[in-house]
Amino acid sequence: MAEQPILEVKDLVKHYPLSQGVLFRKQTGAVKAVDGVSFALGKGETLGIVGESGCGKSTLAKVLMNLERATSGQVLYKGEDISRLSGAALKAVRRNIQMVFQDPYTSLNPRMTVGDIIGEPYEIHPEVAPKGERRRAVQDLLDVVGLNPEYINRYPHQFSGGQRQRIGIARGLALKPEIIICDEPVSALDVSVQAQVINLLDQLQKDFELSYMFIAHDLSIVRHISDRVGVMYLGKMVEIGSDLEIYDHATHPYTQALLSAVPVPDPTARETRDRIVLSGDIPSPANPPSGCRFRTRCWKAEDRCSTEVPLLAVPSLLSGPAAHASACHFAEVRQTVTT
Amino acid sequence: MPDQDKYNEADPLSEAGTGEEEMPSAVESRTFDLGTMEGQSLIKAERLADHPETPAIEDRVVARSLWQDAWRDLRRNPIFIISGLLIIFLVVMAIWPGLFTSTDPLKCDLSKSQQGAESGHPFGFDTQGCDVYSRTVHGARASITVGVCATAGAALTGTVLGGLAGFFGGWLDSVVSRIADIFFGIPILLGGLVFLSVIPSQSIWIVVAFIVVLGWPQLARIGRGAVITAKQQDYVTAARALGAGNARLMLRHILPNAVAPIIVVATIALGTYIALEATLSFLGVGLKPPTVSWGIDISSAADTFRNAPHMLLYPAGALSLTVLAFIMLGDAVRDALDPKLR
Repeated sequence: MAEQPILEVKDLVKHYPLSQGVLFRKQTGAVKAVDGVSFALGKGETLGIVGESGCGKSTLAKVLMNLERATSGQVLYKGEDISRLSGAALKAVRRNIQMVFQDPYTSLNPRMTVGDIIGEPYEIHPEVAPKGERRRAVQDLLDVVGLNPEYINRYPHQFSGGQRQRIGIARGLALKPEIIICDEPVSALDVSVQAQVINLLDQLQKDFELSYMFIAHDLSIVRHISDRVGVMYLGKMVEIGSDLEIYDHATHPYTQALLSAVPVPDPTARETRDRIVLSGDIPSPANPPSGCRFRTRCWKAEDRCSTEVPLLAVPSLLSGPAAHASACHFAEVRQTVTT
Repeated sequence: MPDQDKYNEADPLSEAGTGEEEMPSAVESRTFDLGTMEGQSLIKAERLADHPETPAIEDRVVARSLWQDAWRDLRRNPIFIISGLLIIFLVVMAIWPGLFTSTDPLKCDLSKSQQGAESGHPFGFDTQGCDVYSRTVHGARASITVGVCATAGAALTGTVLGGLAGFFGGWLDSVVSRIADIFFGIPILLGGLVFLSVIPSQSIWIVVAFIVVLGWPQLARIGRGAVITAKQQDYVTAARALGAGNARLMLRHILPNAVAPIIVVATIALGTYIALEATLSFLGVGLKPPTVSWGIDISSAADTFRNAPHMLLYPAGALSLTVLAFIMLGDAVRDALDPKLR
C-alpha cells in the first residue's frame, strides 16, 4: 500500500467495566473485548476479520462505527482521528463509514416501509439528496441491489432473508460511503443465498470503489471476498496478511488450528488430512492469560509464552509468503495443513 | 419492458438463481394488493408490453409511510367505524345532553321512587324519583371527562416518563422507577380517602388529577419495558449508525414498536378509571351531588338492585358501552399499526 490507507486503526482498546455493589458501585475489573488492535484498510480493499465467537470481532466493528466509545487508541479516517468525535463532526464522518448488520430479521424496523428504511439516511443527511429526488434515489438503490423498485411500499416481513439483507445493503449504500463494515452479513442466511449476497457485495465494490471490512467466522467466505485477512483471538489480532499468506502459509498456531477445522468437501481428502483439535475453552476476556493469550490452548507453548507478550510483527527468520505479521514466538509454516 | 424481467429472470448478480425471490407462502396469502410476485409481475410485464406509453414503473408508485398505511387501513375497518361512531355519539351526548332529553335530571318526584318505565320516562325512576334516562344522558359528561382525561393524562405521563427512563437508563431510570414504585405502593382507595378528604373542593378536575397521579406508574412500567425491548433491536443501532439523533430514534423507531402494549393497557384502564370515580363517589370523596355521573348512580343503585334493577342496568350499560367502544378503538388502532396483521 503506497498510498495513505483510508482507515487506520492504532492500538484500539475497548474494555467494558465490571462493577460490584448496590449503592456504591465500584469497578472490580474489565472485560477486555478488544485489547490493542492495529491494522490498516486501503481504498477499494477488503479486509476480512475472522475469529471464533467472543473474540471481539463485533465489538471492533461497533467501536469503528463509533457506536461504542473506544477506551483508548485511535481510529484514523484519512489521517483524522474519529474515535473521539461527537455531534456534527461525527455525523459528517458517518456519511463515509456505514455498516451492514448480521441479522436481517432484526436490523430492519418492522413498522417502516422499505422506502422509508432506505430513505431514512437522506432524511438524516438532507444534503445528500434533495427532497424531490429521494424517492427516485431509493428506487435506484433497490435496483442496484437487485430488488424490484416497485417494492418501496412493502414492509420487511414481506421479504425473505436474502432480500432483507439486500435492503440492509441498500440502506448502507444510500449515503455513498467509502467504507462499509460488514458484521457477519451472511451468517444468518441460507448457504445458497449467501453466495448471492457475497457476489452482490463483490459487484458493488467494483461499481462504487468501496472498501470493506468483512467480519465473519466462515473462513471460506472470507477467503472468497478478502484481499487481506486478519485473525483475532481474545481481543487481539494474532496474524494478518494477504489471503494467500494466511490461507496457504499461516504461521500462527491458532490460524493453523482454525484452518484445519474448515470442512473439506472431498471425502478422501478429509480422511487423510491433519486436524488440529484444540483442547479447552476460550479463556474469559475479563481475565486473559498472561503473556501470549493463546498459550493455554497451544501445543507449542513454553515458559517464554507466559511471560513475554508476542508482538504482531513479521518474524525475522521467515521469508517469502510466510513473512507476514504474526504474533507468535515460534511462528512457522505448518506444511501438513490442507485446506 | 426489459426492466421488469430483470427481477423475475435469473438475477444478474446472483449465482443461485431466483430461489429467494419467491415470497414465503404465509406472506403471500396476507398481502392484500399483490398476488404471487412472479405471476403479478408477468401480468404487468404483458400489460406494459401492450401499452408502451405507460410511464416507467418508478413514476407509478407513490411512496407511503406507516401512518398513511394505518389510516388507509382504519378507514376500511368496520370495527374502527363502529367504535368511532359510538365515541362520537357519546361525546356529543356529553357536550350537549339537551339534544337527547329535555327532562331536568335534578328535578325529582319522590312519589315515583323506584318506579319502572312510563310514557316520557323510558328508563323509569330512581330512589329519589329522578328520571333515569335523563340522568344517564347527563351523567355522560362527568364520566367520559373523568375516563378520557384521566386515561390521557396517565398514559401521557406514564409513557413519557417510562419511555425516557427506559431509553436513557442509568440514574434517570432509577429515579423514575423508584418514584413509580412509591405511587404504586399507595392503595388507591386509602389514598383517595386521605387525599381527597383534605382537599376542600372536589371538582371533576381534582378527581382526574388524583387518578392520573395514582394511575401513571402502571403505564410507566409497561412503557419502560416496551421501550427497553425496542431499544435493543438492531434497527435502532442501524439508525444510530446512520447518525440519527435521540428524538428520531425515539419517535420513528422506538415509539411505533412500543406503543401496542400501552394502547391495550390504556384502553382497559379507561373503564377502570370510570369505575374508580364511582367507587370514590360511593365513599363520599369523589364527585358529589348535584353533579350527575354514572358512577354515582351505579353505586347508589347497587343496594336496591333486586327491587329496581333498571336503576343499575341503564347507567351500567352506558358505562360498558363506553368502555367497549374505547377498547375496540384501541384494538383497531393497534392492529393498523402492525404491518404483519394487514
